[in-house]
Amino acid sequence: MRIGDAKQTYLADEAIWTSSTQKAWFTLLLVALLGFPFLANPYLLYLGCLVGIAIISTTGLNILTGYTGLISLGQAGFMGVGAYTVAWLSLHTALPFPVTLLAAGLVAAAVGVLVGLPSLRVKGLYLAIATLAASVFLHFIFAEWKSVTGGMEGLSLRPAHLFGLEFRSDFAMYFIIVPLAILALFCAKNLFRTRVGRAFIAIRDRDISAEILGIPLLKYKLMSFALSSFYAGVAGGLFAYFYRVVTPESFPLSMSIFYLAAVIVGGMGNLLGGILGAAFMTLVPEALKLLTAAMTPFWPDAPVFMSPMLEIIFGALIVGFLIFEPHGLAEIWRRIRRFFHLWPFRS
Amino acid sequence: MDWLFFGEISLAGLAMGGLYALIALGFVIIYKATRVINFAIGEIMMFAAYLFLAFAGGMQLSPWIAVPLAVLGGALLGGVIEKVMIRPMLGESPIAVVMVTIGIASILVGLVELIWTADPQLLPEFLPRQPVFIGELYLAPKIAYGFVIGMVVLALYLLYFRFSRGGVALRATASDQAAAYSMGINVRRVFNLAWVFGSLAAALAGILVAATGGLSPQFGIIGLSVLVVVIVGGLDSIVGALVAGVFIGWLETVAGAYLGGAYRMPATFAVLAIILIFKPYGLFGTHEIERV
Repeated sequence: MRIGDAKQTYLADEAIWTSSTQKAWFTLLLVALLGFPFLANPYLLYLGCLVGIAIISTTGLNILTGYTGLISLGQAGFMGVGAYTVAWLSLHTALPFPVTLLAAGLVAAAVGVLVGLPSLRVKGLYLAIATLAASVFLHFIFAEWKSVTGGMEGLSLRPAHLFGLEFRSDFAMYFIIVPLAILALFCAKNLFRTRVGRAFIAIRDRDISAEILGIPLLKYKLMSFALSSFYAGVAGGLFAYFYRVVTPESFPLSMSIFYLAAVIVGGMGNLLGGILGAAFMTLVPEALKLLTAAMTPFWPDAPVFMSPMLEIIFGALIVGFLIFEPHGLAEIWRRIRRFFHLWPFRS
Repeated sequence: MDWLFFGEISLAGLAMGGLYALIALGFVIIYKATRVINFAIGEIMMFAAYLFLAFAGGMQLSPWIAVPLAVLGGALLGGVIEKVMIRPMLGESPIAVVMVTIGIASILVGLVELIWTADPQLLPEFLPRQPVFIGELYLAPKIAYGFVIGMVVLALYLLYFRFSRGGVALRATASDQAAAYSMGINVRRVFNLAWVFGSLAAALAGILVAATGGLSPQFGIIGLSVLVVVIVGGLDSIVGALVAGVFIGWLETVAGAYLGGAYRMPATFAVLAIILIFKPYGLFGTHEIERV
């Protein structure tokens, strides 16, 4: 906390914008995000889009796992539902992308509620296994319901469009993905200033106590599932528009684990952590690819070792963060900020 | 309906189920003693099977030496994992500990690909080859002998936990940690032993399963089937692990044979979903009572 920044009302304590410095930095960030696609090369632009999609999905999982304490191994499945919804709508209707993405979110949310229903009876790890079962069923449906999902070949879809404009390139997709990511974060930030969001946090901290306080557990758990899968569905829809092909193999179990890892590495129950985790986990494999490419001239075998090394680094990151930095990247970020706040009085 | 075919498929499924029961036993031992859900059990099996490949195929040792060495290697791996990565997580939330085991699984897959490459491999033959007939029914020899070995080890385990000092210590720790500690049981050692014994069972089962189905870095997927087994049986129930292991093994094989390979996982997970809805703590699991 800054010196001379004593909060006097609850409202002031909950405020998103607390200082003009913060507003200035945020404006700067927006300008940078706006300028990025004009300056970046195609590869960086591609990465920017990937990170944006990952941020939306990670934020969704963070609502469920980080804030409500319900661990889910079904995130990739929900994303798949969103992606297939968008793909099907794009092939069979002429709806513009805001409508299809909204539909993707809603369908995924409905599936999420269905999957969340066992949370009335089971919790903790049993619930995790229930979501795992859901992801197995979803994968099965994606692969076998051939008339809708196209089976193993999947679906190829037309580019996203709005008012006759087609969003074909990564450059154009960037202007859909990044505003949506910002909107998603803004909604999530506000969610936890409301009654509903605080109920989620109460459930996470001790669900029995929360119930005694008058929070209907099933209703709020299902709400959390619905919101989280809505985010996943939108992210999946963007994924579909971005790659313009959807197959059952696009959404493997390892993807669910990837998002859980992003939430953990970033910091559970922290929106900033979700952003950092999503960006970090997306960029680590790319960094490794660059490193491999740089090493290949001196060591021709390097590409062979890349994919195993990626597995090892992925696992080591999860284990390492959980053991040594359980609050994740967000905590590291907080430490850095505090250092600058107190500098030069404390070093 | 062809009853002979059904009988043969069922028999193969039951034999496979016996091996599932052995793996599930390893899983339950670890869970009972330490309350850790071990998502890395499939990868520990895989690692032991690759060790066997290295000893029997690479170093040309006889199976009589290679199998015990590989199994001990798997057990050692379990002990090391517990000491280095699970112990520091003591007292953390179950979600965090589960994620650590998922991380370990990823590390093991990476290590295996690094050392033995990602290509599928065949294990050297080490089980007798003459076909086995039970009445009219033919059973593939690898599966049959794997089942017999698995059952012998399973029986040894059950006897050990019933009668030996170590087994009593483990059961005491499982039922009340604080009381066990105050009675002079070295709870830390019990934790470590549980991981060693659990991984030992998994390692042996891994070699037997890999001998019938081949080996690749994706072998760890079998861990998902085992997860279904232990949830259906009840996480902390040895009887449950045995019953559910045999049943799920049978169901998976029959569903695979009659409906096609794509139906194996959905069939078992459907059973899992039904069990979770109607008996959330599994068929034989302890219903946990929570107090604020």
